[in-house]
Amino acid sequence: MQKNDPKFISISKIVDEAQNIKTFYFNHTLNSQPGQFVMLWVPECDQKPFSIAYDDGKSFGLTIFKRGPATSKLFEMQVGNRVGITGPYGTNFSHEDNTHYIMIAGGYGAVPLGFLSESLQAKENITIDFCVGAKNKDLVLFRDRIEKIPNTKLHIATDDGSEGHHGFVTEILDNITSEVSNKKSILVVTCGPELMEKKVLDICNEKNIDCEISIERYMKCGVGICGQCVVDDLGICMCKEGPVVKRELANKITEFGVYHRDKSGKKVYF
Amino acid sequence: MLQTNFLNKEFKNPIVLASGILGLTAASMNNAVNNGCGGVTVKSVSKDARSGHPNPTMTGTKNYFINAVGLSNPSVAEGVKEFSKFKEMTDAPLIGSIFAGTPDEFAEVTETICQSPIDFLEVNVSCPNVSKEFGTPFAYDLKAVETITKKVKEKSTVPVIIKLTPQAWNVAEIAKVAENAGADAICAGNTISGMAIDIRARKPVLHNKQGGVSGPALFPVALKAVYDIYKTVKIPIIGTGGITTGEDAIAMVMAGATLLGVGSAVYYRGQDVFEKINNEMIQFMKEENINSLEEIRGIAHK
Repeated sequence: MQKNDPKFISISKIVDEAQNIKTFYFNHTLNSQPGQFVMLWVPECDQKPFSIAYDDGKSFGLTIFKRGPATSKLFEMQVGNRVGITGPYGTNFSHEDNTHYIMIAGGYGAVPLGFLSESLQAKENITIDFCVGAKNKDLVLFRDRIEKIPNTKLHIATDDGSEGHHGFVTEILDNITSEVSNKKSILVVTCGPELMEKKVLDICNEKNIDCEISIERYMKCGVGICGQCVVDDLGICMCKEGPVVKRELANKITEFGVYHRDKSGKKVYF
Repeated sequence: MLQTNFLNKEFKNPIVLASGILGLTAASMNNAVNNGCGGVTVKSVSKDARSGHPNPTMTGTKNYFINAVGLSNPSVAEGVKEFSKFKEMTDAPLIGSIFAGTPDEFAEVTETICQSPIDFLEVNVSCPNVSKEFGTPFAYDLKAVETITKKVKEKSTVPVIIKLTPQAWNVAEIAKVAENAGADAICAGNTISGMAIDIRARKPVLHNKQGGVSGPALFPVALKAVYDIYKTVKIPIIGTGGITTGEDAIAMVMAGATLLGVGSAVYYRGQDVFEKINNEMIQFMKEENINSLEEIRGIAHK
């Protein structure tokens, strides 16, 4: 039985990351892995899933974009205010030795991949190409964080060309995969807008490279009961068998990159 | 051994996925069949799409599960597409489920859902979580149950199951009214109204404040409802509410149930809970030299 009653805990630190993006820290042992998520409850408002951005074993952090009623109310909160946390839930990205990781982050998709880059430092012989795409240079998340990580090269793509590659972050992936030597195994990991992720999957299929994708679906319970986050044609819950899925599984999710369901259950096409 | 005939339809076992759990899509319901369900009930659909209540919509402890999803659904018109797809995937019996705000709207939704290949139609007149919109659940009102049953029966092309609440003190009398109005079976029943308070937040956990209690805490309540209803009606009963183990399932059959709805047990024992319950029932039947469920149905009354 996977518990889902909330733990009501205090915000211990708040850090501004970019415009409308903050990281909220909690002094609480979560024991999470990169790619997993928690449900965050703002009483009398809403409860939503958030990917975990930091977890050092003693505290964890959630990097959150102010978007709807729950996040707006959260952004008004101060250190010491309390919210409800349940989790961690779901699957995580793999930690492999002797591997070259290519990370493709679109916008807030950098959240779990920043966490992954740090936690991979405990593994043997790891190198990382961290590719992050954003609308403009001010929205590039975790620049300082990534630049501090050993054996990690940061690549930036912006829609408006204000920094780095002018265009899609997936175009960087195309170039990198052609350059990487065959001495190490390559693992592509991605999190971001679904059409970007679909492009990553297509490239990995074409070049026969392993990849892991974080797939977001509307979630209510987080524990595989309500069935809100099931995907066609497998009928599996993304809160339990996702959000992180391997390439083979992603290829069997026929709705991936085509449609998702809203909170009523109605199909919404990308 | 578990083979069950319900209204002239054969079920490989009596366990049916209860409405509202994992019943949104065809693929998801087909997984429940692959995990051991004899049949499935779809998540209830209505005339128009509904987003349901904001989160938290459900929470659980070891004793109970509580939800206030608020009948979110993509509308009956969208729903029927999934039901047709389900029938392309499996020939397992499919129970449609509807709700509405008025008797005439029940009739209207019945007409639409009957265009899909459902085998039975369950009529949800007992959701405890939408009273702000719909008023007191119809399932407490003899006249309302009679009217809705008649209206649905007029339009339905498949046998009609009326889903009642074990919270009504006179649930057996209400079941009798439904039977007299033409109902083909009774589902007993829905969740019962309750709440959970987070003592550190000092507030109700569910956004809707109140919700429907299911899980182990509901089981004795549902068991008595089935027992009482079995005494008053001749039509078959779907016993639903808190069934978590094979022992619970057997007790429900002894109270008089023909089919057994299982939902929140997924929270307690995982998505293969249906297979687990079936195996436990078989184990018990072997130990007690019981050859069929027919042998023990309603036996607690004798």
